[in-house]
Amino acid sequence: MGRSPPATSGVLLVLAHPALERSRANRALAKAAKGLAGVTLLDLYEAYPDFAIDIEAEQAALRTHDVIALQFPLYWYSTPALMKEWLDLVWLHGFAYGEGGTALQGKRLFVACTTGASAKAYHAQGYNRFAMDDFLRPLEQTAHLCGMVWETPFVVHGAAVKDDAALKAEAERYRARLVSLMPAEVEV
Amino acid sequence: MQSFLTQTLFYLGAAVISVPIAKRLGLGSVLGYLIAGVIIGPHALSLIGAEADVMQFAEFGVVILLFLIGLEVQPSTLWDMRKAIFGFGGAQVVATSVAIAGVAVLLGLPWQTALAVGMVLAMSSTAIVLQTLDEKGLRQGPVGRAAFGILLLQDLAVIPMFALLPFLATIAPEAHGEAAGHGASLVSHLPIWAQGLSVLAAVGAVVGGGRYLVRPLFRFIAKARLREIFTASALLIVVGVASLMQTVGLSPALGAFLAGVVLAESEFRRELETDIEPFRGLLLGLFFITVGAGVDLPLIVRQPLTLAGVVIGLMVLKFLVMLGLARLFGAPLRGAAAVATALAQGGEFAFVLLTFTVGAGVVGAPLAALLTAAVAISMALTPLAMILYERAADALDAAIPDVTPETGDFDEGEPDIIIAGFGRFGQITGRLLTANGFRSTVLDSDIEQIDLLRRFGRRVHYGDATRMDLLRAAGIERARMLIVALDDREKTVELVETARKAFPDLVILARAWDRRHAYDLLANGADAVERETFESALSLGETALRKLGFRAHRAHRAASFFRRHDRRTFEELRPMWGQEEAYILASRDAAKTMDRLLAADLSRMRPGDSGGSWDTASLEQELRERAEREGAD
Repeated sequence: MGRSPPATSGVLLVLAHPALERSRANRALAKAAKGLAGVTLLDLYEAYPDFAIDIEAEQAALRTHDVIALQFPLYWYSTPALMKEWLDLVWLHGFAYGEGGTALQGKRLFVACTTGASAKAYHAQGYNRFAMDDFLRPLEQTAHLCGMVWETPFVVHGAAVKDDAALKAEAERYRARLVSLMPAEVEV
Repeated sequence: MQSFLTQTLFYLGAAVISVPIAKRLGLGSVLGYLIAGVIIGPHALSLIGAEADVMQFAEFGVVILLFLIGLEVQPSTLWDMRKAIFGFGGAQVVATSVAIAGVAVLLGLPWQTALAVGMVLAMSSTAIVLQTLDEKGLRQGPVGRAAFGILLLQDLAVIPMFALLPFLATIAPEAHGEAAGHGASLVSHLPIWAQGLSVLAAVGAVVGGGRYLVRPLFRFIAKARLREIFTASALLIVVGVASLMQTVGLSPALGAFLAGVVLAESEFRRELETDIEPFRGLLLGLFFITVGAGVDLPLIVRQPLTLAGVVIGLMVLKFLVMLGLARLFGAPLRGAAAVATALAQGGEFAFVLLTFTVGAGVVGAPLAALLTAAVAISMALTPLAMILYERAADALDAAIPDVTPETGDFDEGEPDIIIAGFGRFGQITGRLLTANGFRSTVLDSDIEQIDLLRRFGRRVHYGDATRMDLLRAAGIERARMLIVALDDREKTVELVETARKAFPDLVILARAWDRRHAYDLLANGADAVERETFESALSLGETALRKLGFRAHRAHRAASFFRRHDRRTFEELRPMWGQEEAYILASRDAAKTMDRLLAADLSRMRPGDSGGSWDTASLEQELRERAEREGAD
């Protein structure tokens, strides 16, 4: 649509939370990231309340960022519906993977995820029976298929029961992590 | 005695000069009027006399004030306030009467006279207190609520006082004639039971008439669309009720208040308020001027110390009694001090009661003159006392941080949203908003529509929303949003434009007829618009696609794409609006772009062999090729 963005810029932070106004943890994280230079925030539920995702615009945004960060609460061991819809519709064959699908090659995929349960639950002996890494496997494989670098995920466990001070500390940690991901040529 | 015109000239001239000056000096308009009255009064420039007829006319201002207050008070609110009215109010009248009487006895008055003086001075001034609180913006809070409850009970207490005072007579009654003033009623010669009956009948007539007569009358007038007749009938009701009350010996102000309460639930409330408001201001001003004119300057010169003693004693005593009571009733210190300061003066009823007591032989004429002057001066001092109180409170605030903010339980009923026009469009928006817990005030000028909506239990007010004064009465100054859904293109633009000019920060949303109207509205200051047929037409189009065989989600996406492209073009063409040629060219161009984009979307979303998966044909092709290769391996 006639847009001519810079060749590459920093982090495209794709946030999916259907009720961000009620989420303390995700709001704290988003707030920490929002002020950062080099971070483009895309709040999916705000941009596409009707799920009618604008594929061209999204693909253009993906092309112009070096780091794709996905921030979401873990819902049923997966992403919220709209983030999955966004992956399904935007990360198409011929764009993200497959023949001619090279748009994301060499970029980095970074996942920031919050969970309700404590870290202990994500363990072979815990009630979720698998480690957090296992639940993020589909995204890891997505990165692999698209030729992307899989960054170590950022996970906040027990988000619902953390007090304000603990959340603030997590937000600081998150901010530092995002800065460390920033490509060298992006001025922070 | 000058002609009516010259008199009017002096009154208006004095008001126009002194009130703005007083306001500029931060003294408030009440003080301005009072000072104007003193200056043109019989004891200074003597431009006007102390005519009883002017006073009567001026007292009508208080009547209108109480009618307007009644309009603000719904019966349920009144019931919620019963503790403030009867508990706090009753205690105030009794305690203040006793305290003042006690001091009077100590000063050597016989106990009968002392008690009469106590009752007379226990009254506060409704007009001054409410006007002052209004100007300070305190009327709606807990302070205003408490003050209002007390004033209401004082108005009620006047009735038994008229009955009680004659029993306190110690002096041979003077000429009884006009002295009865307030008590003079057509029924005063009747036996007590008949008087009681006539009072009941009058109250019944106000309540019943308000409910079953006035509303049909207003509806009839509203249909005729004659604004001045609407105003005239509003005034007619106030005057009529006031005269009726006077006939049966009740306070006209109380009657007007009652009529206001009866009409508070009606759809005409806002329009009535707006129509009568200007009269209130002017007549109250006149009232304050006459009070000022009544201040007996020679008396002040003759007995300055005595008078000062009485005034200060009166105000300090009333302040202390009220402060103690308010604390006893659980008010926080600041609120209690504010109420006590506001109500520490003598009231307009004191003038009436004093004349009455002189006539009845309870209080001697010289004492009555002294007290009249003292009451008038205390009224004049009230705005000053309020200023002093605020200074003191601010100083205290600065010293001690306020840890217990006043908890106002008064439901101010301020709307979040004002909806102008409640026809087919406004109703849907309004329902969505109220269903989500937002308070809305609705204005509509179609009386049949209002009738219908009221039968469904909706709260709708009658009135032309393009009138700024009506919008103000509806609370637009405190509302967060104005939604314009009028059934008139021109009026919609006009309202958006005037509202934007008057309230730069208000969010204004408007219903537009079509694209051109939408651009017009945006150009005139609307924050957002919605073309009235756009969404519903789109929705029908989506249904059509479904009926033509599209699956629901695909039809929905097609409609969503169309919406997005249309909105985008709408924004892109917006700068061209007003330049006819450029606009037409650009819009032709945009239409072509849209067709192309929609076609692209459609071809991508066309169901493939696998029955409409999100994946595109290219993937299927590749998968087939890979399967063949693997099969060959």
